Amino acid sequence: MSETSYRDISLNGLWKNNPAIVQLLGLCPLLAVTGSVINAIGMALATIFVLTVSNTCVSLIRNITSDAVRLPAFVMIIAAAVTCIELLMQAFAYELFQILGIFLPLITTNCVILGRADAFASKNPLLPSMYDGFIMGCGFAVVLILLGAMREVVGTGAIFANMDLLFGESAANWKIVLFDDYTEFLVAILPPGAFIFTGLIIALKNLIDTEIKRREAAKADTSAPSSRRVRVTGHIS
Amino acid sequence: MAFLKLSSPHAHGPMSTPRVMRLVLLATLPGIVSLTWFFGFGTLVNILWASLFALAFEALALKLRRRPLAFYLSDCSALVTAFLLAIALPPAAPVWLIAVGIGFAILICKHMYGGMGYNPFNPAMAAYVLLLISFPVDMTNWLAPRGAISVAELPGPIDALLRSLGAASTQFDAVTMATPLDLLKQNDALLLDDLWAQSPQFGQFAGLGWEWANVGFLLGGLYLLYRRVFTWHAPVSMLASLTVIAALFYDGGSSASGGSPLFHLLSGATMFGAFFIVTDPVTSAVSNRGRVFYGAVIGILVYTIRSWGNYPDAVAFAVLLMNFAAPFIDHYTQPRTYGHKPRQNREKS
Repeated sequence: MSETSYRDISLNGLWKNNPAIVQLLGLCPLLAVTGSVINAIGMALATIFVLTVSNTCVSLIRNITSDAVRLPAFVMIIAAAVTCIELLMQAFAYELFQILGIFLPLITTNCVILGRADAFASKNPLLPSMYDGFIMGCGFAVVLILLGAMREVVGTGAIFANMDLLFGESAANWKIVLFDDYTEFLVAILPPGAFIFTGLIIALKNLIDTEIKRREAAKADTSAPSSRRVRVTGHIS
Repeated sequence: MAFLKLSSPHAHGPMSTPRVMRLVLLATLPGIVSLTWFFGFGTLVNILWASLFALAFEALALKLRRRPLAFYLSDCSALVTAFLLAIALPPAAPVWLIAVGIGFAILICKHMYGGMGYNPFNPAMAAYVLLLISFPVDMTNWLAPRGAISVAELPGPIDALLRSLGAASTQFDAVTMATPLDLLKQNDALLLDDLWAQSPQFGQFAGLGWEWANVGFLLGGLYLLYRRVFTWHAPVSMLASLTVIAALFYDGGSSASGGSPLFHLLSGATMFGAFFIVTDPVTSAVSNRGRVFYGAVIGILVYTIRSWGNYPDAVAFAVLLMNFAAPFIDHYTQPRTYGHKPRQNREKS
């Protein structure tokens, strides 16, 4: 693995091949638990942890598992990592564990994790696999937290409520009320809001991509020497 | 010599989109008049705000999509959405509520799906459902009808305008009442006759005011039918199936009864839905046979949700559910193409 490939991995995980808004994998937790920033952060941390651990382990055993049993083996590894994070959350953030509920064990079936294990970690050496797991998790986490923030602001008119569930007592007053006297816009917190806002984020990403492409094309145009066609001889029919 | 190359169809219908839309707007008048007579000027204020927002959002969407402004704004389709939503909302609804609803209807339900003629869901009904599940308190705040309260308590134009801006005195907050469908839903102890006698909201056949609003929309719908804006299939089958299922479950007026067929025909948004929502040419089934199915299932769903669901009225939910099903219905009710054998025979041969 050369140096540039780490750059490629980062770019892929965070933007070009973002698991949440380009591959559209792991939509179940993405849509289900992003009703507020704190839920999104909890799910994001859990996913980053599981992705990194599973990619590392899968990369370690990639040469000793046969093709026939590789998927069950990967799922066992992922399930073990999920159990770890579940127990950790139960110990250190019990209320958040209760809020996330069934969606924490469901990380096992999250397509992002199995997808990265099979598509990347089972074919690449240890360090790049570990890094890929971490960056893919971060790409997923950024979208989760952005979505959680949008839905919390539109839905309740405030942001960063209940941060003490994860960051200790001192975080209890992090809540910022953006609009006083705000009537709760329930749809943003209910499932339809998740679909609408995910769609908006995807649209925003596509808009930025087209703009980048347009600028690059414009740059390419100006760099090319402007040539004027001069008719020298004969007729052009 | 050059000939103009015209492609078929050479005969075109006399009904252009703007003309149809203007006829629909005209046909809502009797219903609006009776709503205004019974509930005060709130409905008119709703329509005023909704039309302003609809034109503004339509212009914004057209500008973002780089479409010609004048052409699309003058076809009145945004105004029809505005009128339909404004009629469905409680009279003198808060102005922000109308803005959110119209914004959702025009920007998301209409233009995000490709604009006029491409929307899979009826924009006015989708916006109504969005508001109903998001703001249940504001959406169930119906004013009391004339007859249940004195005429002086009905909001005049200025009162209604102030109330929609949230600046009204508390006077009009006191005179909101549960709608008849709501009363019927919550009733589990009284015989229907006793309920009728105890609550001032009931009129001769259904709710006071509601029955005449429904008659108004029925008249408007019959006018549209007469002008051949739509065919009779969908509305008639919807009303027929609603009547049949209401008759089947009507036991003469016990506390568990769902209300008489006539009550259901003249309550809530029945007639408004049957003639102004179910007949939407874009979101309903296409063939005549398909429209019969489409309307019939809506009628059944309306009664089902009204009687055993969580919400007192159900036209919007029923219509949205059937909008989902319209392509499916179209698939199975494709008319035979001229010159081809019917589907079954073709498969055998």
